[in-house]
Amino acid sequence: MIDTSHYMLLSAILFCIGSYGVLTRKNAIVIFMCIEVMLNSVNLTFIALSRHVGNMDGQIFVFFVMTVAAAEAAVGLALMIAFYRNKDSIDVDDFNMLKW
Amino acid sequence: MEAILFYLTALVAVVAAFFVTKCRNPVNSALCLVTNFICLAVFYVMLEAPFMAAIQIMVYAGAIMVLIVFVIMLLNLGTAVKSRYTHGLAAGGVLSVLMLLVATVFLGKGSATATGGEVTSELIQSYGHTELIGRAMFTDFLLPFEIASILLLVAIIGAVVLSKRKV
Repeated sequence: MIDTSHYMLLSAILFCIGSYGVLTRKNAIVIFMCIEVMLNSVNLTFIALSRHVGNMDGQIFVFFVMTVAAAEAAVGLALMIAFYRNKDSIDVDDFNMLKW
Repeated sequence: MEAILFYLTALVAVVAAFFVTKCRNPVNSALCLVTNFICLAVFYVMLEAPFMAAIQIMVYAGAIMVLIVFVIMLLNLGTAVKSRYTHGLAAGGVLSVLMLLVATVFLGKGSATATGGEVTSELIQSYGHTELIGRAMFTDFLLPFEIASILLLVAIIGAVVLSKRKV
């Protein structure tokens, strides 16, 4: 039985790698995938703590996080297609129509 | 034995997550992301949550990744050119290392109270994980479950409206 703190540390590392990708990459789809890495690291924390505490509620919450991630994937990728149709690019540097 | 499996899978997960951020070609990033998801499913099995592992494989590594790869292929994205300036990379690296430091400090200081709840290994072994999840979801969490279905419906309609040329 692995100690819970190992899982917490692993998910912290995964979260930070994901945030590094979100902060440094320019391709919107890669940023989207890095956000998925961050969401998954949080899911790992939820399940590890749910096992540690002996309660099922954390795993139910993971289920809802997955639902939101699926909805986010559908809407986000549709947005990217609409954006690509207008600008012929998916670079986040070109996402500046709302800039004053 | 379990520790070796844990450390090996953790290594694969971290390396795969790193290459998600580093690969120039988005398709390679997507393949690394699938590897990362499968490693997380292994962790869920080790944490006695096999239903969550199955859902992870089906929803993330199956549905969401197919969607992402489909969009990458549809947009026909090329590989990213190497950027001329690297201070953005350095700033992002410093920020994420700082975040990791804060997280490890909190981990070192904190301690989980309220352990020893009602869901034990014996209960999971005797009932089965899926039944426990289903029972919780359709009794205590029935309203959030219904709201999630409405959220998915809204997402479907939103995706159709956004990607149509003329509404």
